[in-house]
Amino acid sequence: MARFSDANLAIANEIISRYPRPKSALIPLLHLAQEQDGWVTDDAMRHIAELTGTTPAEVKGTGSFYEMFKFHPVGKYMVNVCTNLSCQLLGGEELLEHAEATLGVKAGGTTADGMFTIEDVECIAACTEAPCLQVNYRYKLRVSNDDFDQLIDDLRHGRTGIPEHGTLATVRQSIPAEAGAGIVPPEEAREAPVWLARNEVEATDGGGDA
Amino acid sequence: MPTHAYVPHAPGYVDNDGPKIVTARFPYEDSFTMGRAEATGAYDGLRAALERTPAEVHNEVREATVLGRGGAGFPAGVKWGFMPPGKYPYYLVVNGDESEPGTYKDRLLMERDPHQLIEGCLIACYALGLAQCFLYVRGEMALAQERIATALNDAYAKGYVGKNILGTEFSVDITLTWGAGAYIVGEETALIESLEGNRGMPRLKPPYFPAAIGLYGQPTIVNNVETLANLPWLMNNGAAQYKTYGSEASPGTRLVAVSGHVQRPGVYEIEQGVTTFRDLFYGDNFCQGIREGHELKMFVPGGGSAPWFFPEQVDLPLEARDVGAAGSMLGSGAIIVMDETTDAVKAALRLVRFYARESCGKCTPCREGTTWEERVLQRILDGEGRPSDIDMLLDIADNISPGPYPNAADPAQGLEAVPFPPKQTTICPLGPSSVAPITSTVRRFRHEYEAKITKRDSIPVSAAPVAGETMESQA
Ligand SMILES: Cc1cc2nc3c(=O)[nH]c(=O)nc-3n(C[C@H](O)[C@H](O)[C@H](O)COP(=O)(O)O)c2cc1C
Ligand code: SF4
Ligand code: FES
Repeated sequence: MARFSDANLAIANEIISRYPRPKSALIPLLHLAQEQDGWVTDDAMRHIAELTGTTPAEVKGTGSFYEMFKFHPVGKYMVNVCTNLSCQLLGGEELLEHAEATLGVKAGGTTADGMFTIEDVECIAACTEAPCLQVNYRYKLRVSNDDFDQLIDDLRHGRTGIPEHGTLATVRQSIPAEAGAGIVPPEEAREAPVWLARNEVEATDGGGDA
Repeated sequence: MPTHAYVPHAPGYVDNDGPKIVTARFPYEDSFTMGRAEATGAYDGLRAALERTPAEVHNEVREATVLGRGGAGFPAGVKWGFMPPGKYPYYLVVNGDESEPGTYKDRLLMERDPHQLIEGCLIACYALGLAQCFLYVRGEMALAQERIATALNDAYAKGYVGKNILGTEFSVDITLTWGAGAYIVGEETALIESLEGNRGMPRLKPPYFPAAIGLYGQPTIVNNVETLANLPWLMNNGAAQYKTYGSEASPGTRLVAVSGHVQRPGVYEIEQGVTTFRDLFYGDNFCQGIREGHELKMFVPGGGSAPWFFPEQVDLPLEARDVGAAGSMLGSGAIIVMDETTDAVKAALRLVRFYARESCGKCTPCREGTTWEERVLQRILDGEGRPSDIDMLLDIADNISPGPYPNAADPAQGLEAVPFPPKQTTICPLGPSSVAPITSTVRRFRHEYEAKITKRDSIPVSAAPVAGETMESQA
């Protein structure tokens, strides 16, 4: 458990290379740690601090601001039910109650078998499709109680293809070395961009003719 | 293709037969792929831009009056003009953090047409000499992140992004980055803090625009996803054509999400300043009326932070200026419709609770005030409220946002509109946003509050009568 595996270390370094300053990679690296272990461990935060030239306290300080990072184990599936206004108007709270009754835990809790954690969340940008929820940040829209029961059944039997908690996007960006424009710290990019400089000269020349 | 109907692969989007500036590719099921995008003209707008000077491209955007679609409605071309000359490098940060209650449009644009967004970013970078672009997607949007990552990888492979784009001297990197759950990170200076690897707390103002001091202290443009998604069409068709849609003050179209108690909730591309709320709620090609057997009680015209409107305001066009004068804002294009079955106190509490949860805690009136507002509203709803609670709510609100708060006119009570925006004692507008649901409902539905109040005010200790039941005079 916990420091980045070799494979993930390679990914971490690639992520860092996409920012002018390593510290900017903190949030993506915390996500990577959560993807590896299902939650963010202290060892992972130490490793992130080493990689980004920060302290473990800074890493935790940043990470603890954001709700998606869990600093303790949670269920394999996070079931996040929206109860914000648009959903509330069309049964979001009732859906949450049904979820709590079905799984036998209150919002914030995890089922004894470690399968599900329920959360009562704020607007997830699907307001026209109320009531709605996310399982590990993948959407289920216009969810009835029956839909919910079916969903839980599918999740229990591994029929959804939804990855375990921690994995967000299953595709990563990657910039081939020869294709990149070159990402450098701001101190090393003080010159005017060439296309701008060239065009500014042309524009002034052109202005003389007009 | 059926006319004005839901498009199943773009959940919520309704193709309403109107002009399509940003949703043109939505009807295609594979709209997000490079193949479909290229077959339908993707990156032609970039080519058109590269044939002109950066200054000309900037002028086109200024000429078109592309209003920001993130909330404040500030014209992009004017904002771009605030970049201090020569202080390189410049950065572009794309705000894809969409989390304002009721708002659903940027996610659709990112999931359904990532190439349009990337193209828009490139056009902005070319025009302003931006050295690098960061596309910040909300953490909870896994599919949007996947679609953008794929689109970027394909665009790099095809030479649309990176070094010497399309064989020119124009070179720029676009980095996909993502958040981790915090509404306040949508505020542009908090977004920059988050991108620097910090807690997402707004910065003190001034400077009012990150163009002066932004990412790593460098000049930075922050633009909303939808704002940038307009640029490819604009480059292909020109400002004059753009201005044939919408009104003079607000040209073009915008995406609005109508949710709540309507027959057909959905995301619609409408002409700004022309379409009215009535058209939207009752029109056949829009929401087709309030849900069966019910009538309109109130609506939120521009996201959870907007003061509420009532049936008297339905004939207003979705024009920023008019809506502002009428006491609210169009904000993020989120319209939440409530019928007569809605409990005004409960609805207000739900939004206030959102602001209390999401306050970053940096300034006292917001951190403490939003928590108080939530607690007092909760106890009123729970039947534990006291008569003085209503005025207490207004008093807390006044500490966050002093003076008359923006509100719609209420002819029945002889109340005039108080124009937008509110004043604030806070660092950012989140605190004042929590006041909108309270003043909107107290002013209009004070009787609903009063009907829920069952307790008496507590007796000041010094004046406490010896026996319990003589308190009427104490209220
Ligand atoms: C509390 C708060 C939350 C915000 N959330 C968002 C958001 O999620 N997306 C967005 O584009 N703008 C948001 N904004 C507005 C941004 O600060 C900024 O004005 C906008 O991104 C600028 O882009 P535009 O000019 O293209 O609209 C928010 C503002 C505040 C005060
Ligand atoms: S108003 Fe609220 S959210 Fe904004 S800076 Fe102050 S405490 Fe933070
Ligand atoms: S209110 Fe539930 S998704 Fe927006």
